[in-house]
Amino acid sequence: MTLPALGWQGLVVLVVFGVSLLIATYSTYAERVIAAFLQDRVGPDRAGPFGLLQPLADAVKLFTKEEFFPAGANRALFVFGPCLAMVTALMSSAVIPFGNFLQFGDTIIHLQGIEINVGMLYVFGMVSLGVYGIMIGGWASNNKFSLLGAIRAASQNISYEIAMGLALIAVLMMSGTLSLREITLQQSVAGEWHFWNIAKQPLGFIIFIVCAFAETNRTPFDLPECETELIGGYHTEYSSMKMGLYLFAEYINVFVASAVMSVLYFGGFNFPFQYELRDWLVSSRGLELVTAQNIITILGLVGLFAKIFGFIFFFMWVRWTLPRFRYDQLMRLGWTILIPLAIFNIMLTGGLITFGVIK
Amino acid sequence: MSPLFLFLSFVALLSALGVVLAKNPVHSVLFLILTFFTLSGHYLLLNAQFLAAVNIIVYAGAIMVLFLFVIMFLNLNEETEPHKPALAKIAAAIAGGSLLLILVAALRNVNPAGYDPATFKSQIGMVDQLGLVLFQQYALPFELASILLLAAMVGSVMLGKRETGERNF
Amino acid sequence: MESLSKRAKVLEKKPMTFAERAYLPAIFQGLTITMRHFFRAATKKQVTVRYPDETRPFSPVFRGLHVLKRDEAGRERCTACGLCAVACPAEAITMVAGERKKGEENLYREEKYAVSYEINMLRCIFCGLCEEACPKAAVYLQADKMAPPRFERDEFIYGKDRLVEPVTPDNRSKRGIQLTPEQADKLRAQLA
Repeated sequence: MTLPALGWQGLVVLVVFGVSLLIATYSTYAERVIAAFLQDRVGPDRAGPFGLLQPLADAVKLFTKEEFFPAGANRALFVFGPCLAMVTALMSSAVIPFGNFLQFGDTIIHLQGIEINVGMLYVFGMVSLGVYGIMIGGWASNNKFSLLGAIRAASQNISYEIAMGLALIAVLMMSGTLSLREITLQQSVAGEWHFWNIAKQPLGFIIFIVCAFAETNRTPFDLPECETELIGGYHTEYSSMKMGLYLFAEYINVFVASAVMSVLYFGGFNFPFQYELRDWLVSSRGLELVTAQNIITILGLVGLFAKIFGFIFFFMWVRWTLPRFRYDQLMRLGWTILIPLAIFNIMLTGGLITFGVIK
Repeated sequence: MSPLFLFLSFVALLSALGVVLAKNPVHSVLFLILTFFTLSGHYLLLNAQFLAAVNIIVYAGAIMVLFLFVIMFLNLNEETEPHKPALAKIAAAIAGGSLLLILVAALRNVNPAGYDPATFKSQIGMVDQLGLVLFQQYALPFELASILLLAAMVGSVMLGKRETGERNF
Repeated sequence: MESLSKRAKVLEKKPMTFAERAYLPAIFQGLTITMRHFFRAATKKQVTVRYPDETRPFSPVFRGLHVLKRDEAGRERCTACGLCAVACPAEAITMVAGERKKGEENLYREEKYAVSYEINMLRCIFCGLCEEACPKAAVYLQADKMAPPRFERDEFIYGKDRLVEPVTPDNRSKRGIQLTPEQADKLRAQLA
């Protein structure tokens, strides 16, 4: 308890990384079970109760597979690609506000890795760097299919980043800040009837979630890997844990995208009647304000994770429902539909703000 | 000079040299990305978070992806690189050397203004301060630039729009 | 062109309505369908079975691996008449006939017997015509066993060692026919 505040925050960063990895690990299991259930199947149930140890078995399998380097591959970059994909995916999870704050005596622990006032831009930057992992890996494999996957990933990510950024601008116009924490806190103010941003930005949310699917390379936009056309796309030549890192990075990206959507549009760690609950705890239960606040924070943390898991489920649900887009359809959707829609949304939001309908 | 500054400058110079000296164009681009990263680090040291983030998003995240994209498509490597005649090399050396000379000559007499700790605003690089400056002092150029960008974007959308009767694969 | 059957339908390609072009309603329709399946599977109505633990029941008319039967006294019924080989549409059965020697009456029921009897399980289509052709009720296709997969092609040629019903319940060849516990008990009771 004598750790300085910075030490606590460092611990929080480590915990955030650990949680991201854990969630990515179990996303692989969840994906299989959900896929199985959506197709009236059973899913993995051999390793441990309900197959819960399946991710461990997978990890053992991946680690013991042969490290393979294709002929003519650029060895250094071939290894660097998956590492970069993993690092950028993990780094973007650092700024997500998972909870408000816990207070023990004088120590205040913010349940957020690092609070920077351009948090949203930071996430955005890291996501846009994520494509390098794919590009470098795809190019270094010295394989035409990998290269095609890499190039698809690059153009897809750039195209959808624009629409995503424009959808985001509408939220930022309302919030007036880039800090994810501030955006969260603004969605629920004590004593005021406050809606989550989804109520004010339904169109923006739809654009954002479509772009999130494209940015994380998930079906229906998984053109970079696209088994039917490109074998495995950018990870065709990868084996062993390098392959595992790519898969992991994808799931961490899904986790981060879910968290960002929960924070931006679904109130983050807020939940309805939290202030009423806190006051009730203080007045009727005789708890101290600090303790009551801590309880609310913990509940908010649980609530945020429930929202995140809901989104992860949605990602998987969509994956096992929709077929893959064709590449020209993907580009057309991004450039001629989503971008104009996002600009329209900005104008709409601007108009509504000007006339005081929303703030 | 903080050790962080020294480290960032060292990496920046090294990777900038790497851009020029690397034989493989893809390595050059990757070095350039690293250079942008160190520049963003410098922005952070100067307390300009917004600039740092935007530098990464726009330059490292989008423009360099396109660079890499094109270079990967061209499939440039040492074997296919055309042999340049000696004359071109000499001309390039002279042109580059004179540019260096001009830069050195121009920067030699520059006297950095420094800053006055009493009036210095440490928050000047923050996004809200930057926004105020952009929208108050530089409102017209800013709006003109935004109109230009919007026009470019509308143009790209129009180019991509399917015309009636066009084959839908 | 003149319609030949007068059943041809004119396909009208209407321009898509806004809801169709927006694509989202169709997506939600699809999502509800998969969600219905999700809940059906979650409430333990999966269509798959956990195979090594549970097996699907065989059809009552299932025709599986062949067996050459013995009679009540444990003698081979097959008399190597060759009707099964003639009936076989896949030409999977070959046999060599031999004459029963003195003192072998407890081994073979008829005077003529099959010295070798081979079925190529790669050719066999398990139609059951050999079973129908057999006048001595010797060859049967078991209703509960399948020809198991093997690694080598020659392992699919089943000789008498693997086709003939074992004499003693415990005498089981490693790759041949194995009796179910009930069959073994029955055989044991007969022999006793």
